[in-house]
Parts: sequence; structure tokens; C-alpha cells
Amino acid sequence: MSSESSGSSGAPSGADQGSAAAVELRGITKRFPGVVANRDIDIRVDRGTVHALVGENGAGKSTLMKILYGMQRPDEGTISIDGEYAALHSPADAIVRGIGMVHQHFMLADNLTVLENTVLGAEKLYGIGARARKRIKELSDAYQLGIRPDVLVEDLGVADRQRVEILKALYRGARILILDEPTAVLVPQEVEALFANLRELKAEGLTVLFISHKLGEVLSVADAITVIRRGTTVASVRPEETTPKQLAELMVGSELPSAETRESTVTDEPMLRVEDLHLSATDPDGGRRTVLDGISFTIHKGEVLGVAGVEGNGQAELVEAVMGMSDPDGGSITLDGEDISHVSTRARRESGIGYIPEDRHRHGLLLEAPLWENRILGHVTEKPNAKGPALGIPGAPQLLALKEARADAERIVAEYDVRTPGIEVTAASLSGGNQQKFIVGREMSHEPKLLIAAHPTRGVDVGAQAQIWDQIRTARREGLAVLLISADLDELIGLSDTLRVMYRGRLVADADPATVTPQELGSAMTGAASGHLEHREDDGAQPQGADATQGADEPQDAEQPQDADRSQNVGSVESADSTDSNDSERGGDK
Amino acid sequence: MSRLRDKFSAQAVLQALAAPMLALLTAFVLSSAVIAATGEDPFHAFYVMIDFGSKSDSQVWIVNKAIPYYLSAAAVAIGFRMNLFNIGVDGQYRVAAFFAAVVGGALALPGVLQIGVIILVAMAVGALWAGIAGVLKTTRGVSEVITTIMLNSIAGSLIGYFLSEDKLAVKDGNLFHTPTIPEAARFFLIPTTPDPIYGTVIIAVVIGLAYWFVLGRTRFGFDLRAVGRSESAASASGVSVRRMVVTSMVLSGAVAGLVGMPTLLNKSFSYGTDFPTGVGFTGIAIALLGRNHPIGMALAALLWGFLERTGLQLEFEGYAQEIVGVMQGIIVLCVVIAYEIVRRVVLRRQQSAVGAELSAQGGQGGQGGQSAPREPGGPGDPGGPGGPGEPGGPGEPGDKSAESTQAKKAGTTA
Repeated sequence: MSSESSGSSGAPSGADQGSAAAVELRGITKRFPGVVANRDIDIRVDRGTVHALVGENGAGKSTLMKILYGMQRPDEGTISIDGEYAALHSPADAIVRGIGMVHQHFMLADNLTVLENTVLGAEKLYGIGARARKRIKELSDAYQLGIRPDVLVEDLGVADRQRVEILKALYRGARILILDEPTAVLVPQEVEALFANLRELKAEGLTVLFISHKLGEVLSVADAITVIRRGTTVASVRPEETTPKQLAELMVGSELPSAETRESTVTDEPMLRVEDLHLSATDPDGGRRTVLDGISFTIHKGEVLGVAGVEGNGQAELVEAVMGMSDPDGGSITLDGEDISHVSTRARRESGIGYIPEDRHRHGLLLEAPLWENRILGHVTEKPNAKGPALGIPGAPQLLALKEARADAERIVAEYDVRTPGIEVTAASLSGGNQQKFIVGREMSHEPKLLIAAHPTRGVDVGAQAQIWDQIRTARREGLAVLLISADLDELIGLSDTLRVMYRGRLVADADPATVTPQELGSAMTGAASGHLEHREDDGAQPQGADATQGADEPQDAEQPQDADRSQNVGSVESADSTDSNDSERGGDK
Repeated sequence: MSRLRDKFSAQAVLQALAAPMLALLTAFVLSSAVIAATGEDPFHAFYVMIDFGSKSDSQVWIVNKAIPYYLSAAAVAIGFRMNLFNIGVDGQYRVAAFFAAVVGGALALPGVLQIGVIILVAMAVGALWAGIAGVLKTTRGVSEVITTIMLNSIAGSLIGYFLSEDKLAVKDGNLFHTPTIPEAARFFLIPTTPDPIYGTVIIAVVIGLAYWFVLGRTRFGFDLRAVGRSESAASASGVSVRRMVVTSMVLSGAVAGLVGMPTLLNKSFSYGTDFPTGVGFTGIAIALLGRNHPIGMALAALLWGFLERTGLQLEFEGYAQEIVGVMQGIIVLCVVIAYEIVRRVVLRRQQSAVGAELSAQGGQGGQGGQSAPREPGGPGDPGGPGGPGEPGGPGEPGDKSAESTQAKKAGTTA
């Protein structure tokens, strides 16, 4: 349990006294064509601890974990498991050595039960019948995972699915668990429940390696923290000796950008008015279900309206309805005084809606097309991409202005700092952050009246994130109305002028971003609270950052009451999710 | 002008030539091996083919044969460019040619006018026949692959039904055919020696130019290609995907309707039981071979004609008749594989170039965040095109473990 890591010395503990470390990585270097993903990584993880690996997007955390799980081979360096040198050629090797991994995107078969998912591929261990069931029961009880073996995975919520993933790893005999960004998909209350599970695992002597870039969480649960920046380990610290601010600076190498927006630019001229919007979707099995119900809101010029919510509660459908990709059954959408409820997507774009999609690969880019063709995408009818009809004859085929489009693509690359060797390369060869900067540049180039920004900084590195926030702020100052949908509560609170919470296809709560805390939003996101969220100081939920200071003294004690407090919340999360996340997946796949 | 430099730099030219050269070389080696395996001399076979293929009557034959092949390939390529598999070009051109022949045989208009009517009828019938598949796909979600194959079969039966004496055909010896089109309504011939080249070659040229212009230069073409590359992105960009499916099926069918014209207007002047079949399937191979490129498909159509012509001669020289079929198959496979390999190599080079750019900038800029090395396998990696050698890409065997069977979603989400 005792961590030997030495302050913030940068190197792992040189002191190898006592028992061998559960995992020891030395001098790991991994090169990809043109990029060094990992460089001289040294990490020592002690047995029976929760060890956090922090670093911003693109710092090389995932690559490192893939190396540890045998999915990739390091070019240099050694891996030792329990003091023994280990050559990991495949995940199978890693599993044999007691390493289990819970991926960020779950690897579960939706149409099988929890039991079936667990035994799948590990039939040799305990068979597929009663013995397997017994083992699952044992594990579930030992670590308080609350597993129901006969439920179909498709009926489970996100948090439950994650527990199934953990169970799968344990079932295969994992003593070392790797969790890749486990909290990215969870609301704050679910995160607490997950951390309770992790503490349980730790108490049983298991080692947990967990990747995150959410510093508050890391500080509350980890026994040791390794910071990775630009592919290499820059520090190993103990949570009680550091603060979120220090960690952030270690991660980024400088001050963290802030999403905070200070001055208000909200006007009283409505730009987008949505009234009593209703949308239903057809399930694959033919049933109709309501995905948007009685949605009403107004966004004024210069206003950012943030919509919070657990993913799959109708945010994607709301965006599609406003973009015209789905036709609402009822209600109206008015843009700048014009009714656009049933107008085509193209006409909406022409009338001034900019769109930063949630999934840029699916909705924002033609990955295999060169960048300059992506410049045209979505704005094919507008200047500078359009040249008018052939030979100037009305009704003749509309021509593209290829030269102008190319020139403008060059401009976007330069102005928005898109890192690319040129505009002839395919969009696919750019990194995520640069793809996103290009999309933002493209959408902003048409002076939109309304910008729909769905998760605008997801999977984007800190530098690009700051830039994108700046773009949104600048445009907002010039009278842009923004519909912001995000899972990053700090981003929502920081950028928005008004906040609404979406739950099961309805806007159930609103809040003032100046006073609300992520925890308060979180409880509304699970349906536990509704109406106007007033900030109360003595709320059951702890304000952010509190765990950091308390954790320094007596982490165990400070956490006990919280856990008890939240167990009720967690119950409600499960029931809410069990139907909803399932629905959302179907809705999203059409 | 930097674009010109990009396009014509030595490296770009090399990239453009790499795939066809690789494909031809491999096809040559494999074909030789196959011929050698049959106990014959491969080099003599190639000599015979080149010698016979370069005779002037062969060349005319090849060009005339290539016209319908090219039109058929263009029809298939329109579908390919938007991810539609129009397997039904075969049925579409036969139905189109049949009804065009019926109309042509029944009318007696002034020559040019009648040719125009015949061609329009052919295009309209082809468009209609293909449109059925398009409408079924958008309204009922039936795959166009299934419907077009079914429609091929229906087309055959439909023609068989009408192609009898008491219906729309006349009997001529043992054969049935539609009434012959009057002399005035026949397409001109280009007087070459020893045989004339069909005048319908200009139809192919016009279609080739239109294909290049519409797809590359117009808004409609951009929308069509956008749907082909990513339906979801196209739909978010404002393209009505449903309408585009129907439109492109109709267009593809209209071009398919032209496939029978060289035969009908330059050679047979009627639709009979001996009207060529299977050209629609040849068109699929040629579109693949020509990479849906207007010039590439022209070369591919000529190559196909060359192989068929010289295959006849090989038979006289004692080679197995099937050798040419085997060679055609080998060439298509080699081309498809070679282009895929080159595409992946190019993508990889581009990604390295991007990576190099980032590390170079990272070295100068002090801001850590912006210049962090890209994390392969991270969100920046392409959804589909990551090659097998692409580390961390989607094709990455990240879950080779026992769990791999469960990793259904991994491919799309990783």
C-alpha cells in the first residue's frame, strides 16, 4: 500500500526496496511514422494502489496503456510485471500476466446478457454454465459491483456497462486493471460510485492504473500520480503534495486556458426561437417513441445557451431538428424572424446556421477528400465556393469555383492555425484538433447568425481548445447566437450565458452559470433535480476542489460519508439510464 | 500556382504512376505463370497478342468493341461514385435497347430526328428501369444490389415475352428480332480502313466529357461525391441523400440505356435474340479497372477489347481459350489491390508529413499544448482508411485477444 514514489522528482522511485512493483515501465519509447508518441517513459506502480496517469489529449497516455496491454510493442524500453521482465506481444499475453483493460469505448455485445458477455472468449476458465455464474457472483459480491448476470447488456446504462467491463477483466484473473478515461462517460454521481468500486479493488490488493485528465477526480482517488506531457513522464507526485493548479501546469507546461467568459454580450433581439418542439423516432422494431418533448427556448443575439445532459437524452436529436436533418412532428423553429420548422438543411445553412458537429468524422468531414474539398462541404451553394450557373444561363448546372475554394481553404489553414503540410492532403491525415480547427474556421467563414456547437472541443488538445473557445467568444461579441451542447460541465458553465438541462428529451431545469456547480448540474442531469437550480452552500454535493484539500489530510475518512450520501443518487442513475442510454443508441444509429 | 507544383512534382507523378505500373507488372508476372503452368510458352503468347492486336483491322475491332464497354463502365461508375452498386446495368441496357429498337423500327421520321428519338427512348427506359431500384431503396430500404440483380432477371423475361412473332418481333429464319430500323435512321460510320469505326464513338466521348465535367465541376457532382464519401456528412451539409440516391440511379440508368446504341444503330439495326448480353457486367470490371476515372475507363475498355480480340488468335495458336478470361480476372484483381496498397502508402506518407510538420512546429513554439505530438490511434486517426500497418488505427488488431469476438463495436469506435 505504501507508495515509494519520491515527491515530484520526475523520475520514478529509484528505491527498489521491499516487494517488487506491480508494474514497472522503464525507458519506453514508441515511434510512429513522423511522430514520437512515447519517449523514455519511466513509471513505477506499487501493488495495491490506485495510480493515475494524467496528461492532456494527445500526450501519449493511450499509447502507453496500449503498450502495457500488449496492443502495441514499444520500440525501446522494458516492462516488468511483479518484478519479472515481461514481453507482451498481444493482449492475450497481458491477460495471462494478470493485466485487464477497460476501454473507453466498451467492448460489449449488446444482444448478449452480462453472463454471456463475461464468459465470451474465456469459456475455458469456468465453462459457460453454473460454475461461471457462481464465479461472477463471487466477484460481484467481493468487489460490490452489483452485477445482475442475466440482464441484456443493451438494457444497461453506461455505469453498469462499465462495471461489466471491470467484471470481465477480473473474471479473466486480472490483478492489474487499466481504466482508460473511465469517467468521461459518467455524471459526477456515477463517478463517485466508480471510485468506491476502485477503493474496494484496492483494498483487496488489486492495482488500478487509471487514465484521466480531470484533475479533481484524480486527486480524490489516486494514491500516486504520474504526469505525462508530450510523450514523456514529467513528474511523479503524490496527491496530498499537490493541487489541481500545480498538476494542470505540469500537464500543460503553462497556465491552463479557461472557458470562463466574463462580460455579457446578450442582447434582447431573439435569434433562434424554438417553441414546443416535439419529435418522435421509430425504433428498429417499429415502435414510435418520443425523443424530444415540449422543447422551448430562445437564444438572443450575442447569447450562448448551454445544454447540459447525459449523452443520449435528446441533445443529438435537438441538434438534428434545428439543423433540419429530422423533421419535427410539432412545434416551431424560428430563425431571425423566419419560420424554418420544415425547411431543408441546405436552406437553413444558407440562411445562416453554422454547425460544429458532435462527431466530426461522421458529420463534419469527408475524410478521404482533400482539405480544400472539405472547405466546400456544407457551403457548396455559397461564396466563395459557388460560381453560378454554367455560362451564366439561369437553370443551367451550378458550377463550383474550385480556384476560389482552394484559395479560401489556404486562408482558413493560415488564419485558424490548422497544422497541415497543405490543402491537398486528405482530412483524415490531420490530427483531431486540427480537423476541428478547420471545421470551426469553415463554419465561421460564412458569418453565421446561429452557431450550433456540439461538443466543440471534444478530443481536442488544450491549445486548440483555447483557440476554439476564443473563436466562439469573439463571434458572440459580434452578435452570434450559440447553441452549445457539451458533456464538459466546466466548458458549459464557463462559456454559457444561460444553462438548460436536458433529461429524457425534455428541458427539465435551468441554471445560472455564474453560480451553479457541476454537482448541481449533475443531479439535474440524472433527473434528481428539476426547475430552476438555486445554488445552496450546504448542499449535499461537495463543491469542486474540496476533495483536493480534504484528501490531503485523511482521504479515507473524508470519503466515507460522501459515499453513503450518494448511494441513493446512484440508484436513481441506474434506473434512469437503463432505459435511456439504450434508446439513445438506437436513435443515434439511424 | 503551388497547386500546379503539387500536382506535377516528381513525387506526385510517381504516385500517380505507381499503382498502374505495379498492377501491370504483377498481372504480367501472374499471367505468365498461369500460361507456363498450362505447359505453354508465355512469351510467345504475349508476342502473338501484341502482333495480332496491332494489326489495323484488330484495332478497329477493338475500338468498336470498347464503345459499349466504356458506356457501360460510365453507368456503373456513376453509381460507384456515390457508393451505389448498380449491378443492373445489364438489364437496363437490354430493356432500353429493346424498346428503342421497337420504337425505331415502327417510326419513319426524318433521319436525325429518328436517331434522336431512339436515343431518348433508350435513355428514358434505362433511367426508368434503374429508377425502380432507386425508389425502392429510398422508400423501402431495399438494397440496390438485390433489386438491380432481380431487375436484370425480370428484364430478360420481359424481353423474351415481347420478342415473339405475334408480339413485337418478326421472325427471320430461326431468329426473332424487332423490325429493322430504316436506313435513314442509322448512325454514321467513320470511314477508316479496312473497316469503319462506329460513329457512336462520339456518344462515348460526349458521355466521358459530361461525366468528368458534371462530377468534378458542378454543385450536383460535388453533392453526389459527398454522399459517396460519407452519407452522414453529406446529409449534415444539406444534401438530400434520398433524392440523390434516386437521381443518381436514374442518371446511371440513362447512361446504361446508351450501352446498346452502338450495336443497334451501327451494326444490327434491330434487337434480336442474338443481341449481345453481359456487357453490363463487363462494365463493372472496367469501371473498377479504370478507377471510375473518365480516361482510366477509356483505357480499360480498350484493354478489354484488346484482350478479347487477341484471345481469339491465341486459340488458333493452340493456347487454351480460357487464358484470356483468366488474364482479365488477374488484371482486375491486380489493379484493385495495387491501388489500395498505393492509397494506403500515400495516406501514411501524408500522415507522416503532418506529423513531421507538428514536431517541427513543436520544436519552435514554446506552448506545450499546441504542439503535443499527435497520439496515433487517438481521435485524429481516420475512421476508415487506416491501413493494416497503421499503428493504432481502426484496422489495428487492438483486440486480438480472446475478447476480440466481443469487440464488434471496436472497429467503428476505436
